[in-house]
Amino acid sequence: MRPEMMKQVEELRGVNAIKVKEAKEKGQKVVGTYCVFSPHEIAMAADAIPVTLCGTKEEPIAAAEEKLPRNLCPLIKSSYGFAVTDTCPYFYFSDVLLAETTCDGKKKMYELMGEIKPMHVMNLPPQSEGEENLEYWKNEMMKFKGFLEDSFETKITEEKLKEAIKLGNRERKVMKDLHELNRLKPAPLSGKDMMMAQWLKGFNVDKEAGIEIIEDLIDETKAMVDRGESPFTKDTPRILLTGVPIGAGSEKVLDILEESGASVVALENCTGYKGLDRMIDEEKEPITAIAEKYLSTPCSCMTPNNGRIDLLERLVKDYQVDGVVDLTWQACHTYNIESYNVGKFVKEELKLPFTQIETDYSDSDRGQIKVRVEAFLEQIQG
Amino acid sequence: MITIGIDIGSVATKAVMMEDGKRILAKHITPTGWSPKESGERVYREVLEKNGIQRSRVDRVIGTGYGRVALDFADKIVTEITCHGKGAHFLHPGTETIIDIGGQDSKVIRINKEGQVLDFLMNDKCAAGTGKFLEVMSNTLEVDISKLSTLAEGQKGKKINSMCTVFAESEVISLMAEGASKGEIARGLLESTANKVMVLGGRIGLVGEVFFSGGVSKIPLLRSIMDEKMKNSLIHSEDSQYIGAIGAAIVGVKKL
Repeated sequence: MRPEMMKQVEELRGVNAIKVKEAKEKGQKVVGTYCVFSPHEIAMAADAIPVTLCGTKEEPIAAAEEKLPRNLCPLIKSSYGFAVTDTCPYFYFSDVLLAETTCDGKKKMYELMGEIKPMHVMNLPPQSEGEENLEYWKNEMMKFKGFLEDSFETKITEEKLKEAIKLGNRERKVMKDLHELNRLKPAPLSGKDMMMAQWLKGFNVDKEAGIEIIEDLIDETKAMVDRGESPFTKDTPRILLTGVPIGAGSEKVLDILEESGASVVALENCTGYKGLDRMIDEEKEPITAIAEKYLSTPCSCMTPNNGRIDLLERLVKDYQVDGVVDLTWQACHTYNIESYNVGKFVKEELKLPFTQIETDYSDSDRGQIKVRVEAFLEQIQG
Repeated sequence: MITIGIDIGSVATKAVMMEDGKRILAKHITPTGWSPKESGERVYREVLEKNGIQRSRVDRVIGTGYGRVALDFADKIVTEITCHGKGAHFLHPGTETIIDIGGQDSKVIRINKEGQVLDFLMNDKCAAGTGKFLEVMSNTLEVDISKLSTLAEGQKGKKINSMCTVFAESEVISLMAEGASKGEIARGLLESTANKVMVLGGRIGLVGEVFFSGGVSKIPLLRSIMDEKMKNSLIHSEDSQYIGAIGAAIVGVKKL
C-alpha cells in the first residue's frame, strides 16, 4: 500500500548526484546550504544550483570529533564530518558554501568549515520581529547577492530574482500540498515516506523535474485515497513530530514511532512543514519579499519563537493530532530549553499528551526510546 | 475472569494472578538471572503450581517489564509505565504520583483517578539514583546492600558530590581513606540517591500522594529521608515490588 512513485523519490539522491556532476561539467555553479534560513532563490537567480548539505548520518561523526567536541549536536558534527571526510558528492561539487549564524554550535563549526571551501556567512538579526531587524536581514541578503556576483562573475537582476521566487514558490507549494495529504484520516502516507520525500527535495538539481515527481506522487496518493487504501486505520494514533531536523540516517525516533503502531502525520521541523508554511510574496520587491519569508522561520535559535507555538496549534488542529513528540538532539540547548514551553502549551492549552525525546544519531538507545514511545502510545490510547 | 500479569525486571521476575482485576489470588517472585524468557516461563509455571490452578482456567496473560518481548505466550505486552500506574492505583487508590526506582532505571509517573498515565519521565541512561549506584557503593564499602539502612541509622551523612556512579566510587574510597565511618558514608549515599530522585520528580511535579515502588524503595531509611524532603505523603506497600505484575493483570481484564 505504498505509492509506486516513492521508488522514484528514493532514487533522487543518487540520480541527482549524477545530474550535479553533469551540471558542473557544463559550467554551472553549485551553492551548498545547511539551513531553512538559506535564501535558495538568490543562488537560483545567479543561475547556480542550491543543494542542502545538512548532515543526517552517523558515519562521518567520528572524523568530526577529531576537531569538534564530543558533547555537541550530532547534526553539526555530521555536517562537518561530511566536509572533512569528503564523502558527500554534493559537498564535493559545491563551489561555495552558505552559512548562517543560527545557533552557537553552528556558528563556531562554520569557522572550521570555512577553511575547507569558500564560505559566505549571513548574520541573523537578534529577533525576527521589528523593522530594524528586517532591514538588517535585507542587508545580509544584499551582501550574499554581492558575494555570488563576485564569486561567479555574474549579475543577479531583479528579473532573475522574480523568476527564482516563482520557481521556489512552486516547489514549496507542491511540497506543502504533499504534506497536507496527511490531514486525512487515516493518513495516506507513512511519516517515513513523507519525511523522505520532503528531505530529498534538498538534492533537486533540476527543480522542475523534482516538482513533476512530487506532482505524480500526489496524484497517485489521491487515487489510493479514493480506493480507500492507507498504511493505517482510523484508530491509528496520529502523532505530530516536532523539534530538530531529521533526515535519512537520523530518523530513528520516527521509525520507532511507526514500528510501534503510530502514524506520524505531521512534521513540524525544518525537514517538513516549517519552511513550507509561508510562500515568498510575488508582488513585493524581491529582496524584501525573500527576506521577510526567511526571517519568519520559527527556529528555536531565534528569541522569542512564538511562531512555533502558532504553527503547532494550527497543525494539531488541521491534522487531528492525538499526541505531540518533541525531538531534541543531545547538546541542542535552544530546542531543549524551548521544549519546556512547548510541552506546557501542548498539555495545558491543547490538552494533548506530550513527550520529549532527547537522543543522538547512534543506535545505542533504541531499547530505551522504544519503552518511552510504547508507554506514550499506551497513554494516548487510554 | 482470571488474568496473570508477569513483570520481568532486570533483577527479579514477578507474577500476580487476579480475579476480575479486583482480587489478588496469588503472587510469586523469582530471580531473573540470565534468561528473561526462561524466568518468565518459570514464574508462570510456579504461580500456577503453588496455588493448584490449571492453565486452562487462566483467561489472559499480560507481560511487562524490560524482558516482556521474551514472553511469547503472553496475550499482550504492555510497558511497565502503564502497568505501574494501574498497580499503584490498585494498592493505594489515592495515588497521584509514582516514584519507581529499580535496579537499572528510575521513573516518575503521574496518574489520574482511574490509574491511567497522564505523564511520565524516565532515567534509563545514567546509573545515578538507581539500584545500580547503591549496589556499586555497597561493594566498595564491603557491606551487603540490605545492611545500608541500619548502618546509616543515626549517622551524620558525608556529602557525596559526584553525580556519576563511577566518580562517586572514587569519592567513597577517598572518604574511607580519610577515616569516615561506613555509617556516615552510607547515610551520604542514601541522601545522594534521595536527591537524584527528587530532581527527577521535580521535573514532572510531585503531586498528591506519592507511591514509592521498586527494589530500592525497600530501604527503610531512604524512605524516611525522602519523606522528610517531600511535602507530599509518601506511600509504601509490602507489595510494592509487585505493582507492575498487578497492573499487568488488571490490564488483562480490559478488552484487548
